Amino acid sequence: MTGPRMWGLVAEFESPDALLAAAHRVREAGYRRIDACVPFPVEGLTEALGFRPTWLPLLVLTGALLGAAGGFFMQWYAMGVWYPLNVGGRPLNSWPMFIPITFELAVLVGGLTAALGMLALNRLPMPYHPLFNVPRFARATQDRFFLAIDARDARFERGATAELLHGLGAAEVSEVAR
Amino acid sequence: MTTATAPPSGPPPVIGAPHTYTSVTDKIAGIVLTQRTGRGWLFGFMLGLALLGLLALAVTMLLYLGIGIWGVNVPVAWGFAITNFVWWIGIGHAGTLISAILLLLRQEWRQSINRFAEAMTIFAVMCAGLFPILHLGRPQFFYWLTPYPNTMSLWPQFRSPLVWDVFAVSTYFTISLMFWYVGLIPDLATLRDRSQSRIGRVAYGVFALGWRGSARHWQRYEIAYLLLAGLATPLVVSVHTVVSFDFSVAQLPGWHSTIFPPYFVAGAIFSGFAMVIVLAIPLRAAYGLQDLITERHLQNMAKILLVTGLIVAYGYFMEGFMAWYSGNRFERYVQLNRIVGPYGPAYLGCLLCNVALPQLLWLQRVRRSAVALFVVAVFVNIGMWLERFVIVVESLHRDFLPSSWGMYYPTVWDWATLFGSFGIFLTFFFLFIRFIPMISIAEMRMLLEEERGEAAA
Repeated sequence: MTGPRMWGLVAEFESPDALLAAAHRVREAGYRRIDACVPFPVEGLTEALGFRPTWLPLLVLTGALLGAAGGFFMQWYAMGVWYPLNVGGRPLNSWPMFIPITFELAVLVGGLTAALGMLALNRLPMPYHPLFNVPRFARATQDRFFLAIDARDARFERGATAELLHGLGAAEVSEVAR
Repeated sequence: MTTATAPPSGPPPVIGAPHTYTSVTDKIAGIVLTQRTGRGWLFGFMLGLALLGLLALAVTMLLYLGIGIWGVNVPVAWGFAITNFVWWIGIGHAGTLISAILLLLRQEWRQSINRFAEAMTIFAVMCAGLFPILHLGRPQFFYWLTPYPNTMSLWPQFRSPLVWDVFAVSTYFTISLMFWYVGLIPDLATLRDRSQSRIGRVAYGVFALGWRGSARHWQRYEIAYLLLAGLATPLVVSVHTVVSFDFSVAQLPGWHSTIFPPYFVAGAIFSGFAMVIVLAIPLRAAYGLQDLITERHLQNMAKILLVTGLIVAYGYFMEGFMAWYSGNRFERYVQLNRIVGPYGPAYLGCLLCNVALPQLLWLQRVRRSAVALFVVAVFVNIGMWLERFVIVVESLHRDFLPSSWGMYYPTVWDWATLFGSFGIFLTFFFLFIRFIPMISIAEMRMLLEEERGEAAA
């Protein structure tokens, strides 16, 4: 093959339903390195593409618990150990007074984990991706639905895969340069 | 399908005109990318800049001459600064309520107003954050409020509601910003892909972080968005609760009350929705968005305004009732002093704006009229400011001992700082509507898809 090496193929669909049907068929045909690019989350697409559930909720829970534990520890340590101040014999570990900050830090760390963890797991920021080489792909963030098959897929075969995508009602199938 | 066949008595549709994915994208992105800068925008932006200049002047004077240029003194040491702080932060609450709580409650109509309501939250919290810092007297030491390793080996007093406030407000700002930005990423990618200019492509491209709408990304994105909403929901309730602790933990008559947390949260949502209405009505008229921010949105917001207004009215009533029922003469005096004391007009004005006027919203004619709704909302905003003024000043100026009574008169610099804070808000808000899609395009496409699904079913 001359020219730039191929990253894979991308097929353009006009409706989410067409994309969903195509995703099912492509997976049934045995393809595994597939992804879809859509302007909004299409219901059922994750299942159609066979993605596993994400670890993100567990990460966020861990973050929130760490935030709470760290927040409480900080207050308990500062008020009870580092600089104990006896005010009228009140207990140094006045835990009810530590709850608001404990809660705020749980939310803060949990929320930051949710936002930054999502970006990290998605490998964003990612300024370049081969799909951006396809001019029509600009509509993936607007009004068209794309199904991409990676050339490294075991079943990938330039002609046959393109034909399969055409057969699924793709409006256009483009080769993606690397 | 509800759009075509709904009887006239049913609720108006969430999306007015027949839209497609392409047309909503064109319409909303077009406002930012292709529409020419209008005169109205320029006027608003200039007004914002002028007020910002006023704020710069007021703050410079404050830093140069000190806090004595304000009317605050013992016994009223809190004055306008804390009134404005509570008012601004309350306004922010509606943005989070719309974006987080209504998302969890699956209120789909929220999707066309959440973006600018969240922007409003962020800018309002920025305005709010300014006041306690200016009010410190020595604002350069504001970082003493945060726990950091220091040579004095000291910590902030973690048992103080004022320190809780620092944590609550900074967490609130951070989480609101994250929530807003995460929601923006797909739209920034849309703008990147549509922009005709190189500057636009690069600028939007940098902030879009290379988003390409991958289904794998959407999967994590949706979870992250939902979790952020789940975290923001208790957060928003906690913020005004903690703000109310600033008052209710003190022993001052008029402050020391257990009704403060719920009453503050309701008041915050009340004033915030009023502000959303004040912003939404001119915006939809100026940019022709009546098909996306429909009558349904205005009516729903009017209903929320009515409900939260009634909760606030209940709060006022219970304050009075408990003052009488407690048999505490100081509490009774504070309540009486509210009505007939020197600040009586402020309290009566607050009752008029927050309790009497919102009752007009029972009438469908008022809920349906954009102009009437706008007027009621403006008065609610004024009324809520007066409420905070009454809470802050009226309780402080006459406490237990008549020998320690005093009066507070705002100076020209108090007013300049209050109006100047609108400079921050307006400047940022006008920049926002010029450069960022004010309605979430991705969520509008989802809404279309849902409506299509309902139509097929």
